[in-house]
Amino acid sequence: MSMNTSGLNGVMQNAAALYEKSRACLNNFKSWVQLDSSHLSDGRQLAVKYFTVAVILFFAQILFGLLAATQFIYPGFLYEILDFNVNRMIHINAMIVWMLFGFIGSVYWFLEDESGTEIVGLKLGNIAFWVFTGAVTLVVLVYLLVQIGPGKDSSLWFINEGREYIEAPRWADVGIVLVVLIFFYNVVATFSKGKWSGIAGVLTLDLVALAGLYVAGMFYMTNITHEQYWWWWVIHLWVEATWEVLVGVIMAWSLMKLLGVRRKIVQTWLYIEVALMFGSGILGLGHHYFWIGTPEYWLTIGGFFSALEPIPLVAMVVHAVYDAGTHAFKNGNHPALAWIIAQAFGNFFGAGVWGFMHTLPQINIFTHGTQWSASHGHLAFFGAYATINIAFFYLAIQQWRGNVWMGGGIQNAWRWKWALALLNGGVLGMTIALLIAGYEQSFIERAVEGSTWGGYFAAQNHPSFQNAMGWRLFFGGMTFAGFILLVWDLLTIGKSETRKAPEIFES
Amino acid sequence: MNETPLWASESFWKKTAIWVTAGSFLILVVLTMDSLSKTSAGSKRVPAYTVINKKIDYQYNKELHKSMPVIGENEFLFGKEYTEDEARQLVDLGKKTTQAKNCMNCHTLLGNGAYYAPDLTKAWLDKGWISREMREDMMVKFLMDPENNARTFGSNRKMPNLDITEQEARGIIAFLKWMSSIDTNGFPYNFKTIEAEE
Ligand code: HEM
Ligand code: HEM
Ligand SMILES: [Fe+2]
Repeated sequence: MSMNTSGLNGVMQNAAALYEKSRACLNNFKSWVQLDSSHLSDGRQLAVKYFTVAVILFFAQILFGLLAATQFIYPGFLYEILDFNVNRMIHINAMIVWMLFGFIGSVYWFLEDESGTEIVGLKLGNIAFWVFTGAVTLVVLVYLLVQIGPGKDSSLWFINEGREYIEAPRWADVGIVLVVLIFFYNVVATFSKGKWSGIAGVLTLDLVALAGLYVAGMFYMTNITHEQYWWWWVIHLWVEATWEVLVGVIMAWSLMKLLGVRRKIVQTWLYIEVALMFGSGILGLGHHYFWIGTPEYWLTIGGFFSALEPIPLVAMVVHAVYDAGTHAFKNGNHPALAWIIAQAFGNFFGAGVWGFMHTLPQINIFTHGTQWSASHGHLAFFGAYATINIAFFYLAIQQWRGNVWMGGGIQNAWRWKWALALLNGGVLGMTIALLIAGYEQSFIERAVEGSTWGGYFAAQNHPSFQNAMGWRLFFGGMTFAGFILLVWDLLTIGKSETRKAPEIFES
Repeated sequence: MNETPLWASESFWKKTAIWVTAGSFLILVVLTMDSLSKTSAGSKRVPAYTVINKKIDYQYNKELHKSMPVIGENEFLFGKEYTEDEARQLVDLGKKTTQAKNCMNCHTLLGNGAYYAPDLTKAWLDKGWISREMREDMMVKFLMDPENNARTFGSNRKMPNLDITEQEARGIIAFLKWMSSIDTNGFPYNFKTIEAEE
């Protein structure tokens, strides 16, 4: 009895000491970064909360990617402790969630500016943020500690749904939908109170589609053909339709604010992009219906429409580069502008070029389900979506420091430049390594060996595949180094800057 | 004077965007209804779950220039003929288990998933199970204790123990057998099954 209470006392004392210590650490950190939130409106304070969690999850993504990549080379590494499937699940789930956090943050970032009024449901928005963050933490803890369950519905409800990218257990699905509805309410109510615009209209309709699509992926089905059919509705219609348009919206606003491009031009471009993107991307969905049991007409429809998908991506490059050029790159936030240009090219190469290369069924029958997909997946997700979020992190930090000058001639500019170079170089390096591995698999496993298990391992054991895995890990390390530098730069850039950035107006 | 041409007008592109989106989506909805009905369990492309009572093969069809599933005479699974209900329940248990154990984050199913372990689309038909007589037994043993029945083909990559029960293992095998009978438009290409002669 007394043993127990003294043990309990000890735990309490330890906990109290730990709490004091972490509070002291946090205060030290705060006085070191010197960020002053009074520079930000209430809406933007909410936005930077989302950005902060996004950066932390980005870190988790890279960390677990490195663990998974290591297991390709040393299969015994963390075997039956953190198996490949656990690491990989956290790697790609953290990616989806940090990007969603980043997007929500970006929209909150420009919502007040674009609508001309204060966010209507700020309190609700804050509650939703904490609920979302808490739920994500709990989901990840269960992934790490429980990992798998018996073949029962309860496993799908509380542990994971075991479906790539949308593994989150169903209770979390329900929570995500609620949080997105609150976010959606805030967007619509704020525009309604303030003023609507073309950008606002596209954003609203796009968010309806984005949230609605998620629901398509929430159900369990015995019939795997049906299940994968709906699963692709979420994944493909997110990344190749609604997310692309969301990025178009964010980009449209940024080009106005960063470079002073005229609203009429930006909005006309936005409508063109929507027409091209949805016109090709919606039926382009068919490139995932070649081999899952669905009828043969998808070979034609999917091949044709997905082959058109690069067109809007070309248009977006032209748009961004043309605008940057005509405005002579005159702008007070060089890192943000650089990441926006990186987005235009990354989107074009990762999604447009890499996607196009394997989208025709005659080729896809050999590349399907090989590292070829992973090569494309890395360059596309990074190029299209990581970049734009990073650009917004830089926009946010600039205002958080009180709209300081972040153009030419700032202190320690090497940091953002090296972070840019290492991150892009690292991902590009991984992409090339995976491309080599993917070609090797297409030839040896698919074409020569006919995709048997023996064929699979013949390809995995081949020296060119194994070398590629080594290079992938090397470039993963480079990506990691770039990420560390990025965080360091975000925390310090503009700290001792006294010059203000000029206000930019529409030309 | 100086009128904006149509191709540069905001309202023209706004209308175009709306019509193109609505039109594409409508076509997708129609195709979805058609595809779902043509792939319900028991359709020509996706056989009924009772197909687990039959012999399944996958053979190159010269006229169609692709491999097609071939469903043969009776070949019971675990020596038992399943009724429609029993077959559905068993396949369902297997499918649910593959999700609860997160198979898809190492393997691909119908070519979708992760690339750390072999594709499961035609796993039932794979030559790795040596012969039809040994297959069922080997598969149950492997699934329940993959560490000690490892099939690494010289790669040192071992499947971890996922606490799969015997009943779950049988479910998974039924699910794999059923999945191997789906008409996947010739994917994988050039696949030689356990039935094929050398
Ligand atoms: C930013 C936009 C895009 C992103 C983020 C993206 C991402 C991905 C990812 C992650 C996969 C692998 C899915 C899996 O795990 O099985 C994939 C598959 C695929 N993507 Fe994309 N993609 C994008 C755009 C495109 C475009 C524009 C095209 C075509 C022009 C394309 C063509 C394909 C094809 C054909 C596959 C199927 C690969 C297979 O056979 O498994 N993608 N995409
Ligand atoms: C340190 C850097 C990284 C490493 C070492 C890494 C490693 C990996 C590994 C090992 C996989 C599993 C592939 C397989 O199943 O064989 C994977 C999948 C994936 N990673 Fe990464 N990754 C890194 C960074 C990133 C980044 C920055 C992104 C995007 C922003 C990304 C997006 C993805 C996607 C979309 C997949 C799924 C691909 C597919 O299924 O086709 N990764 N990564
Ligand atoms: Fe796609």
